Amino acid sequence: MNHKVLPIRTYVLIWAILICATFTTLGVAFLDLGPWNIVVAMMIAFTKMSLVVLYFMHVKQQDNLTKLFVVAGFFFLLILICITMTDYGTRNWLPQGRMW
Amino acid sequence: MADHASAVEQHSPFLQHHFDDLSQQLDSSTLGMWVFLLTEIMFFGGMFGAYTIYRHMYPEAFASTSRYMEPVLGGMNTAVLICSSLTMALAVRYAQLGNRKLIRILLIVTMIFGLAFLGIKFSEYYLHWKEHLVPWINFQYPEHPEFFRQAQILFCFYFFMTGFHALHMFVGLGLLTWLLVKNERVSFGPVYYNPVEITGLYWHFVDIVWIFLFPLLYLIGANR
Repeated sequence: MNHKVLPIRTYVLIWAILICATFTTLGVAFLDLGPWNIVVAMMIAFTKMSLVVLYFMHVKQQDNLTKLFVVAGFFFLLILICITMTDYGTRNWLPQGRMW
Repeated sequence: MADHASAVEQHSPFLQHHFDDLSQQLDSSTLGMWVFLLTEIMFFGGMFGAYTIYRHMYPEAFASTSRYMEPVLGGMNTAVLICSSLTMALAVRYAQLGNRKLIRILLIVTMIFGLAFLGIKFSEYYLHWKEHLVPWINFQYPEHPEFFRQAQILFCFYFFMTGFHALHMFVGLGLLTWLLVKNERVSFGPVYYNPVEITGLYWHFVDIVWIFLFPLLYLIGANR
């Protein structure tokens, strides 16, 4: 399966979105959204990553095996961080136990 | 289709004998590169995971470091890397079309963006050195003496994560130099552009790492 050659305007459009998203990241960081700052920043970063992976890295055109590998990679990263944080994030939820 | 194509492609000098045909060869090398990139995801992922833990433990100390960062330089560097990704993607496109001259120009432009990134990055390091922000070596934190030790953790993450990212940039520049030489010797075109595609995957991956590093290291407490 040889890959289809994408038109230049697709690449330029993705580039323009990525540049706009960078300015958005920078701008939003200076607003005080409380705990939502990090959520918004990570959502923008995730969107940028998806665009790079799908279009610049041609994953949109790849066969399902490659897509599965890509998704699996990020899924294992999610496991690494989420399961670690279920430990560190909940350590002070229980009342302090007595020594005996 | 497959029989017809393979009958022609069997004679291609680009086809290594352990592959059935050129498209299988391209799919295999792409998948192989992705497997390597997954190990890279886990390599950086370990650092991102450790960062998450310490940021959760010391949110105030981490937020206090942002006033010493250079968000404008960091933002510029993000833009520079995104531009380099565009020129790299276009270099792959012209490799698919077999335009040697445009491949050469786009690879050189990509390398110039890469060098510009490293120039800005190392001038930031120089500023941090002058402001006494290098952990263990010359660290001073007079504004928040109570965060003296915890802020050093963030600066350790900063120097290690951006440092490993910069190391990957150097490797990327080496790969682009290799491609530039190969482009003069081999005719990349519709039947064979694998090295350009694979190097492109690596270059874009390094861009993705920076997309996450920028908000996580530069903008933690920008809103304070």
